[in-house]
Amino acid sequence: MMDFLLNPWPWWFSGAMISVIMFALIFFGKSFGFSSNLRTICAMTFGRNVKFFDFDWRENTWNLTFLVGAAIGGFISYAFMHGGEAIDLSEATKLDLAALGFAAPTDLQPSEVFSWEAVLTLKGFLVLAVGGFLVGFGTRYAGGCTSGHAISGLSNLQLPSLVAVIGFFIGGLLMTHLIFPYIY
Amino acid sequence: MKFFKYLVAGTIFGIVMAQSEALSWYRIQEMFRFQSFHMYGIIGTAVCLGVLGVFLIKKFQLKDIQGNPIEFAPKEPQMIKSLLGGTIFGLGWALSGACPGPIVVNIGYGISSMSIVLLFAVFGTYCYGILRDKLPH
Repeated sequence: MMDFLLNPWPWWFSGAMISVIMFALIFFGKSFGFSSNLRTICAMTFGRNVKFFDFDWRENTWNLTFLVGAAIGGFISYAFMHGGEAIDLSEATKLDLAALGFAAPTDLQPSEVFSWEAVLTLKGFLVLAVGGFLVGFGTRYAGGCTSGHAISGLSNLQLPSLVAVIGFFIGGLLMTHLIFPYIY
Repeated sequence: MKFFKYLVAGTIFGIVMAQSEALSWYRIQEMFRFQSFHMYGIIGTAVCLGVLGVFLIKKFQLKDIQGNPIEFAPKEPQMIKSLLGGTIFGLGWALSGACPGPIVVNIGYGISSMSIVLLFAVFGTYCYGILRDKLPH
Protein backbone atom coordinates (compact mmCIF):
# COMPACT_ATOMS: atom_id res chain seq x y z
CA MET A 1 0.00 0.00 0.00
CA MET A 2 2.66 2.55 1.01
CA ASP A 3 4.83 1.44 -1.90
CA PHE A 4 1.89 1.98 -4.22
CA LEU A 5 1.32 5.53 -2.93
CA LEU A 6 4.99 6.49 -2.84
CA ASN A 7 5.72 5.41 -6.40
CA PRO A 8 4.35 7.29 -9.44
CA TRP A 9 0.63 6.63 -9.62
CA PRO A 10 -0.91 4.70 -12.53
CA TRP A 11 -3.32 6.59 -14.80
CA TRP A 12 -6.44 4.78 -13.64
CA PHE A 13 -5.85 5.60 -9.97
CA SER A 14 -4.91 9.21 -10.73
CA GLY A 15 -7.98 9.70 -12.93
CA ALA A 16 -10.26 8.16 -10.31
CA MET A 17 -8.78 10.44 -7.63
CA ILE A 18 -9.46 13.50 -9.79
CA SER A 19 -13.13 12.55 -10.06
CA VAL A 20 -13.22 11.96 -6.29
CA ILE A 21 -11.99 15.56 -5.84
CA MET A 22 -14.54 16.85 -8.36
CA PHE A 23 -17.42 15.10 -6.57
CA ALA A 24 -16.17 16.20 -3.14
CA LEU A 25 -16.39 19.83 -4.32
CA ILE A 26 -19.82 19.20 -5.84
CA PHE A 27 -21.09 17.74 -2.56
CA PHE A 28 -19.60 20.74 -0.74
CA GLY A 29 -21.91 22.84 -2.94
CA LYS A 30 -19.10 24.13 -5.20
CA SER A 31 -17.61 23.10 -8.52
CA PHE A 32 -14.20 21.99 -9.79
CA GLY A 33 -12.62 24.77 -11.84
CA PHE A 34 -9.14 25.96 -11.01
CA SER A 35 -8.62 28.90 -13.37
CA SER A 36 -11.41 30.97 -11.78
CA ASN A 37 -8.73 31.67 -9.18
CA LEU A 38 -6.79 33.76 -11.71
CA ARG A 39 -9.84 36.01 -12.12
CA THR A 40 -10.30 36.14 -8.35
CA ILE A 41 -6.67 37.19 -7.88
CA CYS A 42 -7.23 40.04 -10.39
CA ALA A 43 -10.36 41.09 -8.50
CA MET A 44 -8.42 41.09 -5.22
CA THR A 45 -5.52 43.13 -6.52
CA PHE A 46 -5.09 45.49 -9.47
CA GLY A 47 -8.27 44.65 -11.42
CA ARG A 48 -10.90 46.31 -9.29
CA ASN A 49 -11.57 49.20 -11.69
CA VAL A 50 -12.27 46.78 -14.60
CA LYS A 51 -15.90 45.71 -14.94
CA PHE A 52 -15.02 42.03 -15.45
CA PHE A 53 -13.25 41.95 -12.07
CA ASP A 54 -15.76 44.08 -10.18
CA PHE A 55 -17.29 41.39 -7.99
CA ASP A 56 -16.94 40.33 -4.38
CA TRP A 57 -13.87 38.09 -4.54
CA ARG A 58 -14.59 36.84 -1.00
CA GLU A 59 -17.24 34.48 -2.41
CA ASN A 60 -14.34 32.56 -3.99
CA THR A 61 -12.24 32.31 -0.85
CA TRP A 62 -13.00 28.58 -0.80
CA ASN A 63 -11.29 28.16 -4.20
CA LEU A 64 -8.27 30.22 -3.14
CA THR A 65 -8.03 27.88 -0.14
CA PHE A 66 -8.10 24.97 -2.60
CA LEU A 67 -5.25 26.70 -4.51
CA VAL A 68 -3.16 27.01 -1.36
CA GLY A 69 -3.83 23.32 -0.72
CA ALA A 70 -2.64 22.45 -4.24
CA ALA A 71 0.74 24.07 -3.51
CA ILE A 72 0.94 22.25 -0.16
CA GLY A 73 0.14 18.98 -1.93
CA GLY A 74 2.97 19.62 -4.39
CA PHE A 75 5.32 20.22 -1.47
CA ILE A 76 4.21 17.06 0.38
CA SER A 77 4.76 15.00 -2.75
CA TYR A 78 8.22 16.48 -3.28
CA ALA A 79 9.31 16.27 0.35
CA PHE A 80 7.83 12.94 1.42
CA MET A 81 6.70 10.93 -1.63
CA HIS A 82 9.34 11.72 -4.22
CA GLY A 83 11.35 8.73 -5.32
CA GLY A 84 13.94 10.88 -7.08
CA GLU A 85 13.99 8.59 -10.09
CA ALA A 86 13.78 9.88 -13.66
CA ILE A 87 10.36 10.08 -15.28
CA ASP A 88 9.44 6.95 -17.25
CA LEU A 89 8.96 8.82 -20.51
CA SER A 90 8.19 6.97 -23.75
CA GLU A 91 11.21 6.27 -25.94
CA ALA A 92 9.61 8.04 -28.92
CA THR A 93 9.24 11.26 -26.92
CA LYS A 94 12.83 11.00 -25.68
CA LEU A 95 14.03 10.72 -29.29
CA ASP A 96 11.88 13.65 -30.45
CA LEU A 97 13.11 15.83 -27.59
CA ALA A 98 16.73 14.78 -28.15
CA ALA A 99 16.35 15.97 -31.76
CA LEU A 100 15.31 19.38 -30.35
CA GLY A 101 18.43 19.43 -28.15
CA PHE A 102 16.97 18.21 -24.85
CA ALA A 103 19.05 15.95 -22.61
CA ALA A 104 17.56 12.66 -21.39
CA PRO A 105 15.13 13.33 -18.47
CA THR A 106 16.66 13.11 -15.01
CA ASP A 107 13.70 14.50 -13.07
CA LEU A 108 10.04 15.48 -13.51
CA GLN A 109 10.88 18.80 -15.22
CA PRO A 110 13.48 19.68 -17.85
CA SER A 111 16.27 21.97 -16.66
CA GLU A 112 16.32 23.35 -20.24
CA VAL A 113 12.99 25.06 -19.50
CA PHE A 114 12.77 25.62 -15.74
CA SER A 115 16.28 26.01 -14.30
CA TRP A 116 17.04 29.65 -13.43
CA GLU A 117 20.06 29.38 -15.67
CA ALA A 118 17.67 28.84 -18.60
CA VAL A 119 15.00 31.27 -17.37
CA LEU A 120 17.48 34.15 -17.04
CA THR A 121 18.11 34.16 -20.78
CA LEU A 122 15.80 36.21 -23.03
CA LYS A 123 14.46 33.11 -24.78
CA GLY A 124 13.98 31.15 -21.57
CA PHE A 125 12.15 34.03 -19.91
CA LEU A 126 9.89 34.61 -22.92
CA VAL A 127 8.94 30.92 -23.09
CA LEU A 128 7.56 31.01 -19.53
CA ALA A 129 6.12 34.53 -19.75
CA VAL A 130 4.36 34.02 -23.10
CA GLY A 131 3.27 30.52 -22.09
CA GLY A 132 1.74 31.80 -18.87
CA PHE A 133 0.11 34.75 -20.60
CA LEU A 134 -1.55 32.50 -23.22
CA VAL A 135 -2.76 30.10 -20.52
CA GLY A 136 -4.30 32.91 -18.45
CA PHE A 137 -5.80 34.76 -21.40
CA GLY A 138 -7.05 31.64 -23.16
CA THR A 139 -8.61 29.98 -20.15
CA ARG A 140 -10.79 32.99 -19.30
CA TYR A 141 -11.69 33.56 -22.96
CA ALA A 142 -12.68 29.88 -23.30
CA GLY A 143 -14.51 29.96 -19.97
CA GLY A 144 -12.47 27.27 -18.25
CA CYS A 145 -9.29 25.22 -18.17
CA THR A 146 -8.54 21.52 -18.01
CA SER A 147 -10.50 21.15 -14.75
CA GLY A 148 -13.46 23.39 -15.64
CA HIS A 149 -13.91 22.28 -19.25
CA ALA A 150 -12.17 18.92 -19.82
CA ILE A 151 -13.20 17.35 -16.48
CA SER A 152 -16.25 19.20 -15.10
CA GLY A 153 -17.71 20.31 -18.43
CA LEU A 154 -17.34 17.00 -20.26
CA SER A 155 -18.69 15.14 -17.21
CA ASN A 156 -21.85 17.25 -17.60
CA LEU A 157 -21.87 16.63 -21.40
CA GLN A 158 -21.44 20.32 -22.22
CA LEU A 159 -20.91 20.95 -25.95
CA PRO A 160 -18.96 24.22 -25.37
CA SER A 161 -16.54 22.19 -23.23
CA LEU A 162 -15.99 19.68 -26.02
CA VAL A 163 -15.32 22.58 -28.42
CA ALA A 164 -12.90 24.12 -25.89
CA VAL A 165 -11.05 20.79 -25.47
CA ILE A 166 -10.76 20.52 -29.27
CA GLY A 167 -9.30 24.05 -29.13
CA PHE A 168 -6.83 22.96 -26.40
CA PHE A 169 -5.57 20.30 -28.79
CA ILE A 170 -5.48 22.55 -31.87
CA GLY A 171 -3.31 24.98 -29.90
CA GLY A 172 -1.17 22.30 -28.26
CA LEU A 173 -0.52 20.48 -31.54
CA LEU A 174 0.35 23.73 -33.35
CA MET A 175 2.79 24.68 -30.60
CA THR A 176 4.39 21.23 -30.30
CA HIS A 177 4.71 20.34 -33.97
CA LEU A 178 4.97 23.66 -35.84
CA ILE A 179 6.33 26.24 -33.41
CA PHE A 180 8.68 24.18 -31.16
CA PRO A 181 11.18 23.58 -33.99
CA TYR A 182 11.63 27.38 -34.21
CA ILE A 183 12.09 27.75 -30.44
CA TYR A 184 14.33 24.79 -29.61
CA MET B 1 -12.90 26.41 10.27
CA LYS B 2 -15.27 26.23 7.32
CA PHE B 3 -12.55 26.40 4.67
CA PHE B 4 -10.52 23.50 6.04
CA LYS B 5 -12.21 20.91 3.83
CA TYR B 6 -11.21 22.91 0.73
CA LEU B 7 -7.64 23.03 1.97
CA VAL B 8 -7.68 19.23 2.34
CA ALA B 9 -9.29 18.75 -1.10
CA GLY B 10 -6.69 21.06 -2.66
CA THR B 11 -3.85 19.25 -0.90
CA ILE B 12 -5.06 15.90 -2.24
CA PHE B 13 -5.39 17.48 -5.69
CA GLY B 14 -1.79 18.68 -5.50
CA ILE B 15 -0.58 15.24 -4.45
CA VAL B 16 -2.54 13.63 -7.31
CA MET B 17 -1.06 16.05 -9.87
CA ALA B 18 2.46 15.38 -8.61
CA GLN B 19 2.24 11.61 -8.04
CA SER B 20 0.53 11.09 -11.42
CA GLU B 21 3.32 13.16 -13.03
CA ALA B 22 0.61 15.26 -14.72
CA LEU B 23 2.55 18.33 -13.58
CA SER B 24 5.47 17.35 -15.78
CA TRP B 25 6.32 19.32 -18.93
CA TYR B 26 7.55 15.99 -20.35
CA ARG B 27 4.14 14.34 -19.91
CA ILE B 28 2.44 17.21 -21.73
CA GLN B 29 4.89 16.84 -24.62
CA GLU B 30 4.24 13.10 -24.68
CA MET B 31 0.50 13.81 -24.82
CA PHE B 32 0.69 16.32 -27.68
CA ARG B 33 2.91 13.90 -29.59
CA PHE B 34 0.46 11.01 -29.02
CA GLN B 35 3.31 8.85 -27.74
CA SER B 36 1.81 7.59 -24.50
CA PHE B 37 -1.60 6.68 -23.14
CA HIS B 38 -0.79 8.07 -19.67
CA MET B 39 -2.40 11.54 -19.84
CA TYR B 40 -5.32 10.28 -21.93
CA GLY B 41 -5.87 7.55 -19.36
CA ILE B 42 -5.92 10.06 -16.49
CA ILE B 43 -8.31 12.51 -18.16
CA GLY B 44 -10.38 9.71 -19.73
CA THR B 45 -10.86 7.90 -16.40
CA ALA B 46 -11.84 11.16 -14.67
CA VAL B 47 -14.34 12.02 -17.42
CA CYS B 48 -15.90 8.53 -17.58
CA LEU B 49 -16.40 8.40 -13.79
CA GLY B 50 -17.53 12.04 -13.94
CA VAL B 51 -20.21 11.36 -16.55
CA LEU B 52 -21.47 8.41 -14.52
CA GLY B 53 -21.51 10.35 -11.25
CA VAL B 54 -23.20 13.46 -12.69
CA PHE B 55 -25.82 11.19 -14.27
CA LEU B 56 -26.49 9.50 -10.92
CA ILE B 57 -26.65 12.84 -9.04
CA LYS B 58 -29.25 14.11 -11.52
CA LYS B 59 -31.21 10.85 -11.63
CA PHE B 60 -31.52 10.56 -7.85
CA GLN B 61 -31.68 14.36 -7.33
CA LEU B 62 -29.00 14.23 -4.66
CA LYS B 63 -28.38 17.07 -2.24
CA ASP B 64 -25.14 18.66 -1.10
CA ILE B 65 -23.93 18.65 2.52
CA GLN B 66 -25.96 21.78 3.30
CA GLY B 67 -29.06 19.98 2.07
CA ASN B 68 -29.41 22.06 -1.10
CA PRO B 69 -30.25 20.27 -4.37
CA ILE B 70 -27.14 19.87 -6.52
CA GLU B 71 -27.41 21.90 -9.70
CA PHE B 72 -24.97 22.02 -12.58
CA ALA B 73 -24.51 25.43 -14.17
CA PRO B 74 -24.42 25.06 -17.96
CA LYS B 75 -21.34 26.46 -19.69
CA GLU B 76 -21.78 29.66 -21.71
CA PRO B 77 -23.00 28.43 -25.10
CA GLN B 78 -20.87 30.58 -27.41
CA MET B 79 -18.77 28.31 -29.60
CA ILE B 80 -16.41 30.95 -31.06
CA LYS B 81 -15.02 31.90 -27.68
CA SER B 82 -14.69 28.26 -26.65
CA LEU B 83 -12.74 27.45 -29.81
CA LEU B 84 -10.57 30.59 -29.97
CA GLY B 85 -9.98 30.73 -26.23
CA GLY B 86 -9.32 27.00 -26.15
CA THR B 87 -6.76 27.28 -28.95
CA ILE B 88 -4.94 30.15 -27.20
CA PHE B 89 -4.96 28.11 -23.99
CA GLY B 90 -3.57 25.07 -25.82
CA LEU B 91 -0.68 27.10 -27.27
CA GLY B 92 0.22 28.21 -23.75
CA TRP B 93 -0.31 24.74 -22.25
CA ALA B 94 2.22 23.17 -24.63
CA LEU B 95 4.67 26.09 -24.36
CA SER B 96 4.78 26.26 -20.55
CA GLY B 97 3.99 22.58 -20.02
CA ALA B 98 1.35 23.33 -17.39
CA CYS B 99 -2.30 24.29 -17.08
CA PRO B 100 -3.47 26.47 -14.14
CA GLY B 101 -3.71 23.76 -11.45
CA PRO B 102 -0.31 22.21 -12.14
CA ILE B 103 1.29 25.69 -12.35
CA VAL B 104 0.53 26.13 -8.65
CA VAL B 105 1.37 22.52 -7.73
CA ASN B 106 4.76 22.94 -9.45
CA ILE B 107 5.56 25.96 -7.27
CA GLY B 108 4.88 23.85 -4.17
CA TYR B 109 6.93 21.05 -5.71
CA GLY B 110 9.91 23.42 -5.75
CA ILE B 111 9.91 24.53 -9.39
CA SER B 112 10.32 28.17 -8.37
CA SER B 113 10.52 29.52 -11.94
CA MET B 114 6.90 28.40 -12.41
CA SER B 115 6.00 31.55 -10.44
CA ILE B 116 6.81 33.52 -13.63
CA VAL B 117 4.22 31.42 -15.46
CA LEU B 118 1.69 32.11 -12.68
CA LEU B 119 2.39 35.84 -12.69
CA PHE B 120 1.90 36.09 -16.45
CA ALA B 121 -1.18 33.85 -16.32
CA VAL B 122 -2.77 36.35 -13.90
CA PHE B 123 -1.68 39.15 -16.26
CA GLY B 124 -3.20 37.26 -19.22
CA THR B 125 -6.51 36.92 -17.40
CA TYR B 126 -6.34 40.66 -16.57
CA CYS B 127 -5.80 41.52 -20.25
CA TYR B 128 -8.76 39.34 -21.20
CA GLY B 129 -10.86 41.28 -18.71
CA ILE B 130 -9.84 44.58 -20.32
CA LEU B 131 -10.29 43.41 -23.92
CA ARG B 132 -13.40 41.32 -23.32
CA ASP B 133 -15.87 43.65 -25.08
CA LYS B 134 -13.65 43.90 -28.17
CA LEU B 135 -13.22 40.14 -28.70
CA PRO B 136 -15.49 37.88 -30.79
CA HIS B 137 -17.63 35.68 -28.55
